[in-house]
Amino acid sequence: MATKTAQPPVESGEVTSFTVTFIVRRFDPENDAEPYWQDFDVEMFSTDRVLDGLHKIKWEVDGSLSFRRSCAHGICGSDAMRINGRNRLACKTLIKDLDISQPVYVEAIKGLPLEKDLIVDMEPFFESYRQVQPFLIASSKPDKERLQSPEDRARFDDTTKCILCAACTSSCPVFWTDGQYFGPAAIVNAHRFIFDSRDEGSQVRLDILNDKEGVWRCRTTFNCTEACPRGIEVTKAIAEVKQAVLRGRP
Amino acid sequence: MSPATAPEHDHATTTHHHQFDVVIVGAGGAGMRAAIEAGPHAKTAVISKLYPTRSHTGAAQGGMAAALANIEEDSWEWHTFDTVKGGDYLVDQDAAEILAKEAIDAVIDLENMGLPFNRTPDGKIDQRRFGGHTRDHGKAPVRRSCYAADRTGHMILQTLFQNCVKLGIEFYNEFYVLDLIMVDDPDAKKPKGKARPQRAAGVVAYELATGDIHVFHAKSVVFATGGFGKIYKTTSNAHTLTGDGVGIIWRKGIPLEDMEFFQFHPTGLAGLGILLTEGARGEGAILRNASGERFMERYAPTIKDLAPRDIIARHMVQEVAEGRGGGPNKDYVFLDCTHLGAEVLETKLPDITEFARTYLGVDPVHEPVPVMPTAHYAMGGIPTNVKAEVLSDNDTVVKGLYAAGECACVSVHGSNRLGTNSLLDINVFGKRAGRYSVEYANSAEFVPLPDDPAKAVREMIEDARTAKGTERLSVLRKELQEEMDRNAQVFRTDASLKSVAATIHSLRERYKNIGIHDRGKRFNTDLLEAIELGFLLDIAEVVVASAMNRKESRGGHMRDDFPDRDDENFMKHTMAYLTGDATSANVEDHISIDWKPVVITNYPPMERKY
Repeated sequence: MATKTAQPPVESGEVTSFTVTFIVRRFDPENDAEPYWQDFDVEMFSTDRVLDGLHKIKWEVDGSLSFRRSCAHGICGSDAMRINGRNRLACKTLIKDLDISQPVYVEAIKGLPLEKDLIVDMEPFFESYRQVQPFLIASSKPDKERLQSPEDRARFDDTTKCILCAACTSSCPVFWTDGQYFGPAAIVNAHRFIFDSRDEGSQVRLDILNDKEGVWRCRTTFNCTEACPRGIEVTKAIAEVKQAVLRGRP
Repeated sequence: MSPATAPEHDHATTTHHHQFDVVIVGAGGAGMRAAIEAGPHAKTAVISKLYPTRSHTGAAQGGMAAALANIEEDSWEWHTFDTVKGGDYLVDQDAAEILAKEAIDAVIDLENMGLPFNRTPDGKIDQRRFGGHTRDHGKAPVRRSCYAADRTGHMILQTLFQNCVKLGIEFYNEFYVLDLIMVDDPDAKKPKGKARPQRAAGVVAYELATGDIHVFHAKSVVFATGGFGKIYKTTSNAHTLTGDGVGIIWRKGIPLEDMEFFQFHPTGLAGLGILLTEGARGEGAILRNASGERFMERYAPTIKDLAPRDIIARHMVQEVAEGRGGGPNKDYVFLDCTHLGAEVLETKLPDITEFARTYLGVDPVHEPVPVMPTAHYAMGGIPTNVKAEVLSDNDTVVKGLYAAGECACVSVHGSNRLGTNSLLDINVFGKRAGRYSVEYANSAEFVPLPDDPAKAVREMIEDARTAKGTERLSVLRKELQEEMDRNAQVFRTDASLKSVAATIHSLRERYKNIGIHDRGKRFNTDLLEAIELGFLLDIAEVVVASAMNRKESRGGHMRDDFPDRDDENFMKHTMAYLTGDATSANVEDHISIDWKPVVITNYPPMERKY
């Protein structure tokens, strides 16, 4: 496939635009036996997002290009994809932060069944999530709010930020080779409850994660932490769960 | 019940059949809150065009109002008053009272479900200030917003989803509901408009993954489909907020209420529309013009930057129009957070701090952030009563049909919603929709479905899939959105609105000649964008027709040619009806406007000063 260098900048008004080459891994299950790579040249501004580039392709060149997106500012978790080999949200990746002298490679996240173009089947991911009992388990039902000190609240703050985009889980080499592994996102969501002072279900979750497909499969490669678009310290959260499993309590 | 079978000519499309007591359309805050209420008592399904956690409730930032009085004296009665005044007296006061009263339990419910609110030093739910929420009927700002940093909506969405998982609620994800099944109801009163006396019997959905069609036969149907900010170009709304639910209802002949009232949130990132929470101003941030002046002091001397959104948005546009905007094109103002300090920004406003850094390259810790109003929230929508029952005219209930959240109009927001009242609305009225829909389902029988209930959707899908015209849907959509920004945004005139109406008519003609690239069945988002555009055109036209008829300025509807509020002629809700062929050139030929009285209990309309 042709590798292009960026065209010289074009002045449009006061803002400079560039030609960016996207090389997208395409797959149409109704027509293609195998995925293939396709080039698109797109006129873009440095403040545009990769999502804007994909939209330009879909809206101006090839309407069949398929991907998920919704909020377009990094909070809904729809558009996790592999951009230049790294898992990122397309709506949070700005052109100015990429080296556009080289083509931008875009493909679906790995480890989940490919459905079409940039879309994967999310069901196995959500199944792992459901298995860790990602909800508050508490026997009492008080009339007012349960009290929780700011310090206790801070204990699990980081893992409440998860948007279930699967960038972490689908960046994990263990998950790539063993789809049965719970994966980082499920452990993050278990962490969010294990360390919540109001929760009474830690024991159950620690038992679940002590399973052979649980936390011990983590090889501490930090891919997940690097991939998280919310800045969650995923590997640290997994380490904290490992320690809790060993201690037998949060 | 009717054993619907696929008709013989239906070779191309597989049709599946389901039966549930309660079907909820939409898996944002209102839909999932309804599901939590209905799920344990009846066979319930939630159908969503997205995965539930992608819903736009997750984008809400600042908080959820409730007079908990955890920090300082407060009362639900003050909250009611603020809501009524904030809505420029077009609020139904009985509904506002329910909203404010039930707010307290709604927050406690969420905490009990696990929501990680920010806490006070003694462990209670922390509260902060927000626009228009005041102590003792306007005397000073009050701390009423319960929050979790600046990601309160995210926490609500996650918490509700977690509890749906706990309850084993059945979800149909990435299923696009495209039609509501209505059957004649011989017992019902004939409504005012074109609609026949009918009741709801289910919905028809298109499955994105396969292209199959699904008929959901139901006793109760709850619409919780969210807003339609994508009728505008500059918006805080998600790409998927195309108003399909509201559009489906409209096409069924059910009226839409107060559609001219669209809220423009003051602090969208300039040029992008990405939301920066009003919570920033709640924490003390200040709006400044190019010369650094705190201009809201001139317009709202008592509560300044914490005036309601309609007032602030209007004055921001005015500052820019009068040449006091900043930047190379003098086309925005500034949100100054620099005096708040890095710690407040990092702990209480972390997400918006990151948005400004990521998308504008501006660090709010050190420099003011360029902002301009962004299309944010529809006050109007599907008319309902306080039981979330949909109305087919001013007071006729459509049996088995409910609506809650942004798609509905109860009306608790009147002509302008206060910040933090929408996360509240979805919880209070989502819960009510769940409760009343399940109560009805448990007392009613399934009514037989009509023959081939999926026919209209199958044709809609096949027409789109095989559309070979020369018009590009993205071009038409962009023209609509740009025209709406230009002529139906913060300031409107009769001429500007007529221009939009003419544009919509011509776009609708061109829409007939649209071309679709993707002819496949699996994950055909090209096809769905075309269908969504059809809903956007319909809804934008209702907004414009309603706005043309309201010859006054009130709340979110500002008419340059009628700059004053006119209680004598317009202290009433707009009820727009589809009464003719939607494709006819003249709006008045197919949309007729009627009115509905405002419910006033304790607060006679007064001049609105802050």
